[in-house]
Amino acid sequence: MRTKPWVLLLAVVPALFLAYFFVYPLITILYTGLVPDGRFATSAFVEIVTDPTMRSVAWFTLWQAFLSTVFTVALGLPAAYVFARYRFPGRSLFRSLTLIPFVLPTLVVGVTFLAVLGPGSPFGIDLRGTIWAILIAHVFYNLAIVIRGVGVLWEQIDPHIEDAARSLGAGRWRVFREVTLPLLKPAILSSSALVFLFSFTSFGVILILGDLHHSTLEVEIWRQATAFLRLDLASALAVLQLVGVTAILLVYGKASKRTAGELPLRPSFEVARRPRTAGERAFIAATLGMLGLIVITPIGVLIVRSLNTPSGLSLTHYVNLFNPPRSSAIFVSPVDAIGNSLRFAIPAVVIAAGIGLMAGVVIVSAKGRSGRIFDTMLMLPLGTSAVTIGFGFLVALDQPVDLRASAMLIPIAHALVAIPFVIRSTVPVMESVQRRLREAAAVLGASPRQAWREVDFPLVSRALAVGALFAFAISIGEFGATSFIARPSSSTIPVAIFRLLGRPGTFGEAMAMAVILMVITGIAAMGIESMRGTRSGGV
Amino acid sequence: MLQVSRVTIRFDDTPALDGASLTVADQSIHALMGPSGSGKSTMLRAIAGLEDPDAGEIAWDGRSVLGVPVHKRGFGLMFQDYALFPHRNVAGNVAFGLRMQREDSATIRRRVNEVLELVGLPGYGDRSVGTLSGGERQRVALARTLAPHPRLVLLDEPLGALDRSLREHLLVEMRSIFNQVDATVLYVTHDREEAFTIADRVAIIRDGRIVADDTPEDLWRRPPDGWTARFIGLENLCTASRLTELGVQPPRGTATTGVIPPEAITLSPTGSHTATVTGSHFRGGAYRVELGLGEGSTLVTWSPTGLEPDAVARFDIDTARISWFED
Amino acid sequence: MKRILGGLTIAVIVLAMAGCSTDDAETDEIVLMTHGSFAVSDGVLEAFTDVTGITVKVLQSADAGAMVSQAILTKDNPVADVLYGIDNTFLSRAIDEDLFIPHQAAAIDTVARGLRVPGDQVTPIDFGDVCLNLDPSGLEDLGLGTPDQLIDLADAAYRGTLVVEDPTTSSPGLSFLLATIATFGEDGAYPWQAYWRDLVANEVRIVPGWDQAYYGEFSGGSGEGDRPIVVSYATSPVAEVYFGDLDSAPTTIVEDGCFRQVEYAGILNGTKAEKAAGQLVDFLLERTFQEDVPLSMFVFPANSDTPLPDVFVDHAVIPTDSRVMDPAWIDENRERWFAEWATVVR
Repeated sequence: MRTKPWVLLLAVVPALFLAYFFVYPLITILYTGLVPDGRFATSAFVEIVTDPTMRSVAWFTLWQAFLSTVFTVALGLPAAYVFARYRFPGRSLFRSLTLIPFVLPTLVVGVTFLAVLGPGSPFGIDLRGTIWAILIAHVFYNLAIVIRGVGVLWEQIDPHIEDAARSLGAGRWRVFREVTLPLLKPAILSSSALVFLFSFTSFGVILILGDLHHSTLEVEIWRQATAFLRLDLASALAVLQLVGVTAILLVYGKASKRTAGELPLRPSFEVARRPRTAGERAFIAATLGMLGLIVITPIGVLIVRSLNTPSGLSLTHYVNLFNPPRSSAIFVSPVDAIGNSLRFAIPAVVIAAGIGLMAGVVIVSAKGRSGRIFDTMLMLPLGTSAVTIGFGFLVALDQPVDLRASAMLIPIAHALVAIPFVIRSTVPVMESVQRRLREAAAVLGASPRQAWREVDFPLVSRALAVGALFAFAISIGEFGATSFIARPSSSTIPVAIFRLLGRPGTFGEAMAMAVILMVITGIAAMGIESMRGTRSGGV
Repeated sequence: MLQVSRVTIRFDDTPALDGASLTVADQSIHALMGPSGSGKSTMLRAIAGLEDPDAGEIAWDGRSVLGVPVHKRGFGLMFQDYALFPHRNVAGNVAFGLRMQREDSATIRRRVNEVLELVGLPGYGDRSVGTLSGGERQRVALARTLAPHPRLVLLDEPLGALDRSLREHLLVEMRSIFNQVDATVLYVTHDREEAFTIADRVAIIRDGRIVADDTPEDLWRRPPDGWTARFIGLENLCTASRLTELGVQPPRGTATTGVIPPEAITLSPTGSHTATVTGSHFRGGAYRVELGLGEGSTLVTWSPTGLEPDAVARFDIDTARISWFED
Repeated sequence: MKRILGGLTIAVIVLAMAGCSTDDAETDEIVLMTHGSFAVSDGVLEAFTDVTGITVKVLQSADAGAMVSQAILTKDNPVADVLYGIDNTFLSRAIDEDLFIPHQAAAIDTVARGLRVPGDQVTPIDFGDVCLNLDPSGLEDLGLGTPDQLIDLADAAYRGTLVVEDPTTSSPGLSFLLATIATFGEDGAYPWQAYWRDLVANEVRIVPGWDQAYYGEFSGGSGEGDRPIVVSYATSPVAEVYFGDLDSAPTTIVEDGCFRQVEYAGILNGTKAEKAAGQLVDFLLERTFQEDVPLSMFVFPANSDTPLPDVFVDHAVIPTDSRVMDPAWIDENRERWFAEWATVVR
């Protein structure tokens, strides 16, 4: 079937948004960097290939992303299984907790991890300057992607298929290997691609936990652009990274298309049950213990640190935030910071939800490749280096109206990053709204618009709310990407944390502010958790 | 009156409907029967407006409906999987079409109750569709289809998802409901018993073409060809030469095959033909007896008593009841 | 619904566009571009508005390097009128790019000669020193005395005690590298590379940023690590006293081998409000702003007439012979130094 004209019409808004706020700035900055005086700077590419430092950065970027993905999947699968198949006390709380790392500011987590893995570690280890610190942090950040991405599919796979395999004489492990794993493969593949993407473009974690020998392209782009003022080299590296990201996204697109394929799913069926045997209980306990170690320990350390004062545990740091003992501008009132964060988050959510929804409808309705290409294009900003986007805004957005210093650029940048999450949350649901329901509405006399309003929208709205909460959490916690946009000074929560971290003596207050941020994003995570029935999509 | 004339629909160049024609008279129940892949669902969807014909004409009371979008055709379609709206309760589902017609809420409430009563689910309005049993869902789907008074009711395997006993029960009930509301119905199924039980007329579709369209009795008695005869479950198809051996004279013309209805075969010790009993199975009420004629061909008939296998049986054939056709 | 959402999105974007168009004919707003560490007390910038009727919009970038890159990228159509926070390590490149309009600030005579830039392309606003910070009790526990020269750290006794920031990712890290270059020189018998080789042999820890170094690795003050010597600011002990509500500083500095960072403000070439921009630069060097500088940003005011707050008077040490380096020389050699440094520490 051909793509209908109204789909094309609907595609115009997201396409224009992407073109004007992403493609155009990106091309402009790359052009500025690579064609400085009308001639193409091939030398920058030659330098990348010949310079041993650049080569090792490129290699390490790939290598750590690969290892991060392997470990995240290895640890995420049992957790996804436990959440998908078992009911136990604290299940949804646990699952919400796994979402928090995804939205925590890297700055704070990096310093927290130093305490967990560095000198005086409670585990008696010192992983500073090793790849392990980076890998553990990446697992911490990305676990939620696997738990959700795979879990959503896992809870929809009919357990009777596994029962059937067992009745045919296959042991548990064989059932998993030969039945469950192949069914889960698309979800594992698409989650892996996302984890790989985020590890590949890792910035904050590497900046804090990496060192000279452990650096990524993203960090190198930033270093070249801001420390050496080498825009040609930075642009060439950005092109290299973009090529990598596009390749990852193509794998992702292929994999997630298969997720939507014909699987023996039972969508509205609760397959989770209470554990029955001691073995099952032990497995659940071990998995939760692992999650506790990786996810909850750093969060716990953060909380304890925020309460730790020379005179024992107390709320002093929090009190200081609300009633600064001295009048100084570096103490941003949390009320102000939260207010500012919300001021950016609300338009960011509106833009991301609106454009994400339109894009989602287009992706679902457009037949064949065009929808997938559109989907991939909208995901590109996720994998584009923050400094490239920030500088791109600055060189490109002065016409027709000068937007470069507009406060709106911040929510727009947030929305660029959040739109893929809105799409990921809504598209699977829109796809699962069977065409039959729409047809049923039509034969009952509903026009296409009425059908959308009466059938699609009510069914998709929950998923849209989930996407909007993701967008909210992203906007509230975002620091990296927007820090490269020249932004009007209104301290958001992460900026306030950054300021407090930038001074000796205010570490406790920084931690307290980080806990406040965590609570806010935690509430959003709980919201996502409660909104997602078994039918809404994954990350 | 619905008139479908020489409708062709191709999917990727393979015709799903290939010049199919069908007429459904007002206030009649017309079954459309065919094996899977024969194009029966495509036919239904084309009539509803969910598929656009590549060629041909679909008209209601002589006026073409081809340019009329689905939601303005006024035809009700009930899906095989019911396609109930999961986010609305029973009343919300049933009221949907009425709301689309912008009826006032009092009328809607009255009509919803009326239809729920009609399908035997009074007081179910507040129930969530997720809590209903298969049979209840089927009735809700039927109620939803009937509520807005469609001028034509299209049913796509409406009992396909139910178990046998429930199916038989609902079939009878549905027929009486349709008669009560004087509905014009096109009923798609692959099941002969369903079609024969409910329909005033049965059309047979094969490879996108209507190959037969008759009353159940006439279809049973005079199938137009061997394929149809086999499809509707007729047994004892015999070639002309075999029948000649049995002393039956084929009529003049091109007929090559005859069907001997099982009831045209009478077992009797004085019968003029002999055969070996190759099977005798109790089928509830009577025995189904298979008579071997040699060379692997058998005739089937019914007997009140069982026969010993390998015994020799004698029988007569009522030749007047044999129907003939080209195969 | 989708139409409504679409309309909403467009409306939001249009509003945003409308909200930021500025009227060039009459200056009622002036844009100050600065780095992420910029901070100012409530009411200070409003004082400027009270006098001139011009409001100041502050645009912040992540760090000084990003800010300079942004300014260079937009030099044909600058996004701001005044740039504040560029330091001596980046100054030369900016001046080469012709980024600034020379301006002699009204209070320029209050600024020490050594801080000023020839031709007054930019105006010094504040300065601070990057110095080694010590944790005296941590050193004592190790049985070590307090070092008082950079060279002391090359002594095997100080093995495993020092943490520094990577000069390619951190501004204090760069300052420390420059301090070692200024101290040991490039050619002599014991050039800076040799010094760094000794530091590496002494297991110096190199981390990417100041916060990891200070909070994560340093054992003194609010640090939670195990290294008693860190590269930080001369004012860090003051901040410890001030924020920790202490009577005396828990940490001290080594006065030898400090590197002076001077932060400048300049009028951006291409501004449409040069006069107002000049007024703002003047304001930054006047008492209201200068008095706010120490406690807002923990640096010293460039205007020498400014009284310092008590905590600075009581606890701050201004190193007397901080290393200074010609910005042009820094710019010329920076990349080579980074490369050589990387070879040494790798």
